[in-house]
Amino acid sequence: MAMLEVNNLSIQFGGLRAVDGFQVSIEKGRLYGLIGPNGAGKTTVFNLLTGVYKPTEGVIRLDGEDITGKSTIEINRAGIARTFQNIRLFGAMSVLDNVKAGLHNDHKYSTLAGILRLPSYFKAEKEMNEKAMELLRVFGLDGEAEYLASNLPYGKQRKLEIARAMATNPKLLLLDEPAAGMNPNETAELMKTIHFVRDNFDMTILLIEHDMKLVSGICEELTVLNFGQVLCQGKTAEVLSNPQVITAYLGE
Amino acid sequence: MADMKKSMSKTSKNNYITYAMVIAIFIVVQALSATGNLSRLLTGLLVPLCVYTIAAVSLNLVVGFSGELSLGHAGFMCVGAYSSALFSSVFADTLPSVPRLILAILIGAAVAAVFGILIGIPVLRLRGDYLAIVTLAFGEIIKNLINVLYVGVDENGLHVAVSSAGLNLAAGGKQIMKGALGISGTATLYKDIKDYFFLIGVILILITLFIVQNLVNSRSGRAITSTRDNRIAAESVGISVTKYKLMAFTISAALAGVAGVLYAHNLSMLKVSTFDYNLSILVLVYVVLGGIGNLRGSIIATIILYALPELLRGFSTYRMLIYAVVLIAMMLFNWAPAARNFRSRILERLRGNRKKKEAA
Ligand SMILES: Nc1ncnc2c1ncn2[C@@H]1O[C@H](COP(=O)(O)OP(=O)(O)OP(=O)(O)O)[C@@H](O)[C@H]1O
Ligand SMILES: [Mg+2]
Repeated sequence: MAMLEVNNLSIQFGGLRAVDGFQVSIEKGRLYGLIGPNGAGKTTVFNLLTGVYKPTEGVIRLDGEDITGKSTIEINRAGIARTFQNIRLFGAMSVLDNVKAGLHNDHKYSTLAGILRLPSYFKAEKEMNEKAMELLRVFGLDGEAEYLASNLPYGKQRKLEIARAMATNPKLLLLDEPAAGMNPNETAELMKTIHFVRDNFDMTILLIEHDMKLVSGICEELTVLNFGQVLCQGKTAEVLSNPQVITAYLGE
Repeated sequence: MADMKKSMSKTSKNNYITYAMVIAIFIVVQALSATGNLSRLLTGLLVPLCVYTIAAVSLNLVVGFSGELSLGHAGFMCVGAYSSALFSSVFADTLPSVPRLILAILIGAAVAAVFGILIGIPVLRLRGDYLAIVTLAFGEIIKNLINVLYVGVDENGLHVAVSSAGLNLAAGGKQIMKGALGISGTATLYKDIKDYFFLIGVILILITLFIVQNLVNSRSGRAITSTRDNRIAAESVGISVTKYKLMAFTISAALAGVAGVLYAHNLSMLKVSTFDYNLSILVLVYVVLGGIGNLRGSIIATIILYALPELLRGFSTYRMLIYAVVLIAMMLFNWAPAARNFRSRILERLRGNRKKKEAA
């Protein structure tokens, strides 16, 4: 069974059908790419998958479970975590606390236990600290754990967003242009990290990207979106050599 | 792992500094008063100062940590004050003063919390600055409502009406709340512990700090601040924005209620006109000038800005001028980018030196 199965997903903004009959099937453990020109509807697909927008039509199944129309919180609990094209960190919180916020539903203790500093507080906080530091190490951010998130350089902010999403222990990770604003070195390093995450955390990853080097380097399959519709879908090499794709997207 | 411990100890160290500051101020004031160096005027300001400090610290939870604007803090103080004063009057003869005061504090907090929940549930679901408008209206409505409310007690129980005559009290019954005249004589019910009110106020400040500081440095506190920093991202990691904004708002309302209790029990005349819009704004000014999200700053700002106008009474001509200059100076100190850079440089240097010493 596919990890993510989407059928006939559509949303209408006034007169604009931003996503129109989108469908995709992503196997567990895939590194899958979603590409397309500016304004094609890629981010809107992410917003539909995560419940930020409710679809006008269509069905979304995660690991067999129908999650169509559920709230963002329910969908995160069901197992989808994401990053944002315009970075959305908790800027005035420390790097460590950003990841710990991601662990919110994983290590629970009551508000009263927190205020009264009961043993459950110390136990859960210790576990959270250890887990968060482990994740920060994966992204090379452990040295900056105490920094304010907004004081990190751009590339590291993007990585922190991935670490925070990973902290929610998702089945499917959605990355919206993870390499945007990174230099070639940072991008190469990010590609390694994404691979590492997929292999070591048993993760399925769907990513939006404009950087063709990154896309062809790590994505095993691709969907090309154009004007809200699927233009082409399949193995990366085949998709990238499709003449329609070249004219619609790569040619320009 | 060593880094981790340091970060934990840094926040707890910060918390202890705040407690220590409050206790130190208390000791200094006690010493001054024991040696007869505290004027009558200043002595009279001590308990109200505790009231405003609790109000400012609790408002900072909403404004600073959950990032919502509340303009109705005086309304919560008001319901805390009236409900507790009513309780104290009714049970004046049945309970000794210490347990009566403790119960009054709990009742004031609970009643204010209930109002907090009633306002918060519908409003905090909405995105946008509706809270400011609704809390503003709440403060005014509560004030006007209490202004016309008469409450009395006789052998048949509690009577509530909108006029003195409407109470229909049996012979021997007594009026407690008298509309615009409010509740009188609450302080006299606590004559035996009157001298300890400043101590009680300081203890209540410490309890307020304990609750707010421990809350913001816990799982729920992280959730609260995450909803302030980025609502969409908070939801994307499974944090319920409404739940945590409501939690911050309710706890803040309860603590404002406690401030109201202290205020009411320190006065012989409790009048509703005190709890107007200006009081909410005043407390907000303390919070903003002390630094949003900075609890110690709230305390310092309250002390300076509350005591200053009183201390300056002698210089009546320049009083408002000096007050305005201090206001502006504090604002610049806390908010101007240059001042902030300067402060963080100093802090870093201090930390750097310490690190070097540790390393050496
Ligand atoms: N909330 C909204 N209301 C109205 N129109 C919207 C909304 N969100 C997106 N759109 C429109 O939908 C279209 C698709 O936008 P989307 O952000 O999904 O594109 P994208 O493929 O992510 O582009 P880019 O590569 O620039 O990020 C655009 O025309 C955009 O203006
Ligand atoms: Mg986009």
